[in-house]
Amino acid sequence: MAFFLETLIGGLMAGMLYSLVALGFVLIYKASGVFNFAQGAMVLFAALAMARFAEWFPEWTGIANPVLANIVAFVAAGALMFIVAWLIERLVLRYLVNQEEATLLLATLGIAYFLEGVGQSMFGSNIYPIDIGMPKDPVFLFDGVFPGGILVNQEDVIAAVIAAALVLALSLFFQKTKTGRALRAVADDHQAAQSIGIPLGRIWVIVWCVAGAVALVAGMIWGSKLGVQFSLTTLALRALPVVILGGLTSVPGAIIGGLIIGVGEKLSEVYLGPYVGGGIEIWFAYVLALVFLLFRPQGLFGEKIIDRV
Amino acid sequence: MLYRENGQFKTTYRSDQQIFPIAQDRIAIGLLLAVAFVAIPLFASEYFYTSILIPFVIMSLAALGVNLLVGYCGQISLGSGAFMAVGAYGAYNFFVRIPGLPLIPALILGGLCAMFFGILFGLPSLRVKGLYLAVATLAAQFFSDWMFLRITWLTNESPSGQVSVNKLKVLGMALDTPVARYLFCLSLLTLIALLAKNLVRGAIGREWMAIRDMDVAAAVIGIRPMYAKLSAFAVSSFIIGVAGALWAFVHLGSWEPAAFSVEVSFRLLFMVIIGGLGSIMGSFFGAAFIVILPIVLSRLLPAMGDLVGVELSTATVSHVELMTFGGLIVWFLIVEPHGLAKLWSMGKQKLRLWPFPH
Repeated sequence: MAFFLETLIGGLMAGMLYSLVALGFVLIYKASGVFNFAQGAMVLFAALAMARFAEWFPEWTGIANPVLANIVAFVAAGALMFIVAWLIERLVLRYLVNQEEATLLLATLGIAYFLEGVGQSMFGSNIYPIDIGMPKDPVFLFDGVFPGGILVNQEDVIAAVIAAALVLALSLFFQKTKTGRALRAVADDHQAAQSIGIPLGRIWVIVWCVAGAVALVAGMIWGSKLGVQFSLTTLALRALPVVILGGLTSVPGAIIGGLIIGVGEKLSEVYLGPYVGGGIEIWFAYVLALVFLLFRPQGLFGEKIIDRV
Repeated sequence: MLYRENGQFKTTYRSDQQIFPIAQDRIAIGLLLAVAFVAIPLFASEYFYTSILIPFVIMSLAALGVNLLVGYCGQISLGSGAFMAVGAYGAYNFFVRIPGLPLIPALILGGLCAMFFGILFGLPSLRVKGLYLAVATLAAQFFSDWMFLRITWLTNESPSGQVSVNKLKVLGMALDTPVARYLFCLSLLTLIALLAKNLVRGAIGREWMAIRDMDVAAAVIGIRPMYAKLSAFAVSSFIIGVAGALWAFVHLGSWEPAAFSVEVSFRLLFMVIIGGLGSIMGSFFGAAFIVILPIVLSRLLPAMGDLVGVELSTATVSHVELMTFGGLIVWFLIVEPHGLAKLWSMGKQKLRLWPFPH
């Protein structure tokens, strides 16, 4: 029982982090109809920037204060993500207004490759650590209830809390602020939004910035867990089924989808894996999403798609 | 083309429906084939075969398959690498389990395996399309990555999925020289490209294109979406499967599942985009571009670095390669969504009227 709970909690924590990446997808899709394949590359880019700035700051200024270095690195990486978002709108999206979704998808694939190339040639392609002072030691909970207690990773808990806070902040931003309302208007209908004076270009920059910020937080957390390296880009591929499961246009969908996938992956790996040779984490989420798609093509919380001739 | 087609009148339906109705085009294609089959083997060096020609020919075949699905039927697939892998390992299984099985039937059986796999993972296309389908086909990719690594039966009990074939023979002739391997792949490519060209000109191809352009409207005028989509998946994954088997058997000789990773799927998609979506010729252009570009960059960049006195590492070159690919994809999508094939046909059109533009 304790082992099952441990696996479950581990799954929930991992799921929260998937949600964080999935959130980036959903935000951009909601506000611009672009399925952003470059989200993984953005996570890598942001994490690389953060890790390297934190390393360079003491070298350049001679101030050996890790907290200050991290803050400066975070701000610098955030600024960089802002520039990236602006450039993407300026150089790519502007010319692809009203194109088919498939074209936009392929364009983001191109952006992903470009960002991976630029990021690695600017910041290097080794494995870099991010140290934001997260406690690494596991703790045991409920010692009295179960023999031996439940092993929980502190780092995971903090990451999940940060992710949850970010999600909360974003939903408030979407629901309560003027910009948030504008974003939702653009998502509903580009042309109508434009005709009542919402500047489309600026909205897109904002959305990509927010997605960049989400990528930065995701990259920071994953980076401090695993180190910043090229494999961070595959994180986006891991988060894709989450979006599919939750529905492309739904923020709560991204979160619940993430939790389902996280728990499903861990439980299936532990209880199903040994029978088929292990390592089924790689495809379990995808096949789950695939089977799910057959029954509910728009995802759990997605909007129903109606086609007209 | 510095020629006019004035005076070439068609008096029968047969002559009007030829693949190349213009006599000069027929001659040009004939010359091209003669160069590919006769002139190149006379001059090419060993390096040229193994690093450019054979990869180009096999990748063209794969790109052709992807183009049938993505370009003609509009079903975006990110699982092409998986279909190649299934073709390769399928052919391998038949090859080692049935003693004395000739190479060509093994390739065809491998293609059939890929076809069934493709139909299976094409089933979601009946319910979902566009983005959702792209993700669904990624499932095929990750599933095959895992399958050939973990299910040892499929790899003849090889623990890491690494397998190899040797002493290949076709119709009694050994495929031991680069020339023989090149000619074998080229013959298959020519044959399949001809079949594909005729397929897309015919009823099935038109159904695919109707589904691509607007599936609801196509269904309204009586095209069965299920039949059209699944046939596109079947034909395309058969061709990709054969290409995968060729890549493994003829080009690599010994391979592991990583040879058909998700990276390969992306590359194939790039070939199709850069070459031209919905164009048989575009598949060749795209394959040539993507195969040759890294080789050119890996030679050119260090040379240019030397000129300005900068030492470029291989890592930098590979990063520049990534950037070039990414930049080109975006550039093509914005400026010329129909790819190199469209540029080619525009050039042809311009030259046809040259020097008088009207």
